[in-house]
Amino acid sequence: MTDSLARRCLAGDPRAVARLISLLEDGDRDAYGVLAALKERAGMAQIIGITGPPGAGKSTLTDKMIAEFRARGLTVGVIAVDPSSPFSGGAILGDRLRMQGHATDPGVFIRSLASRGRLGGLSKATAFATRALEAAGYDIVIVETVGVGQSEIDIVKVADTVVLIAVPGLGDDIQAIKAGIMEIGDVFVVNKADRDGADRVVREIRAMLETQAMLQKGRAVAAGPDTLAARNAEILHHGLADMRAETPQPDGERVDLPPVIKTVAETGEGVPELCAEILSRFAADKASGALDERRHKAIVAQLKDLVGWQVAEYFAERERDGRVEALARAVQHRTLDIYSAARELFSALVKGEEP
Amino acid sequence: MERKIRVIVAKPGLDGHDRGAKVIARALRDAGMEVIYTGLRQTPEQIVQAALQEDADVVAMSILSGAHNHLFPRVVELLKEKGAEDILVFGGGVIPEEDIPFLKSKGIAEVFGPGTPTSATVEFIKAHVKRG
Repeated sequence: MTDSLARRCLAGDPRAVARLISLLEDGDRDAYGVLAALKERAGMAQIIGITGPPGAGKSTLTDKMIAEFRARGLTVGVIAVDPSSPFSGGAILGDRLRMQGHATDPGVFIRSLASRGRLGGLSKATAFATRALEAAGYDIVIVETVGVGQSEIDIVKVADTVVLIAVPGLGDDIQAIKAGIMEIGDVFVVNKADRDGADRVVREIRAMLETQAMLQKGRAVAAGPDTLAARNAEILHHGLADMRAETPQPDGERVDLPPVIKTVAETGEGVPELCAEILSRFAADKASGALDERRHKAIVAQLKDLVGWQVAEYFAERERDGRVEALARAVQHRTLDIYSAARELFSALVKGEEP
Repeated sequence: MERKIRVIVAKPGLDGHDRGAKVIARALRDAGMEVIYTGLRQTPEQIVQAALQEDADVVAMSILSGAHNHLFPRVVELLKEKGAEDILVFGGGVIPEEDIPFLKSKGIAEVFGPGTPTSATVEFIKAHVKRG
């Protein structure tokens, strides 16, 4: 099954791609084998992340972006994530509704995923699903996150270019300087730009970006001529923001700020400019080596997730077979301390034992 | 991990009444299924493409315009053409009793009229979904 599914995916058969994504969602071991067979095509597509609060217009904007990329002769895969119910485990996946106009275009493939308990704005299988679409030959893969709040930033681990969508009316300029979501945008969009207050949001985001660039430059200068040291200081200081892989600019050089683009997704206004910006940034990042650096960091972050999930899975198995229960009782009865209990479980995992 | 049942809920044809479809979508969500809602005025071609790309187990359609005898069988036919006859197809809405045997002969697994408890739909899917 593995071979033929891989072959059909490489040939761009939509049913095979659809089935592979389902198997990946279900954590099927054979599906990982298929993915391994597709690895030659990894990194061929540009992965674009679309994120922003609920109701910001992510799906509508994605719909218009698909049309623009198609007009440029590019094929487009879309992964749209919506939340699962924490109660029933079910979900209503409604992003596709806004994109159904592209349903019968063979150059477009749209797949909805439920978050299935993940809280970072994506589902566990999202990164795998992008690999499947890439292998099927789509030039562009758009990943639309669930409607996010302030700290769902898993999209940086998946996307080459993160488009952060803001809308007027959600808050004042202090919202723009908080940590988290505002730090991950490569391109900023102010959607619903025909509404009051849009220009103010643009100004606030610009001010936030300028301050950020100034602070980064300051740190680079303070760290002296050793740019590696400056870079490390940056990573220590910013944590996840380092995923953005921009290098501090030498003193005196113009700092390239992320663009802030006004759109009206409903009418498509601003979408050609947005798509042009996304494509040209990708090309520039590719040429400068920034894309390589960014993807390297993304792989490290994904590896960390995968190993973490395997540990969690192992723990769940040991809960089912009563091992965890026994250790917990021992700790409770003071015959064992909790750190030793943890070490016992972990060393069994490392040795691959089934205690 | 347990396999989730994935259902396309679609409104083929030209009527703009999607309340029933939304109620069904919610009931299926609450029963733990993943519902892909495709919205109003869908052509059979759009519904079928969505079902294939979404790797759906079920296509549930609601229609109130009277065009069911044409649109429902067309969806089944297109699915067959794509080799996806394993997808369970059923319908609901305002559909006269006398049309139901014809629809069933065309591969519509069941037809649910107004007043059907949502639990009946949930049970029907669980009992008839072809891959689990």
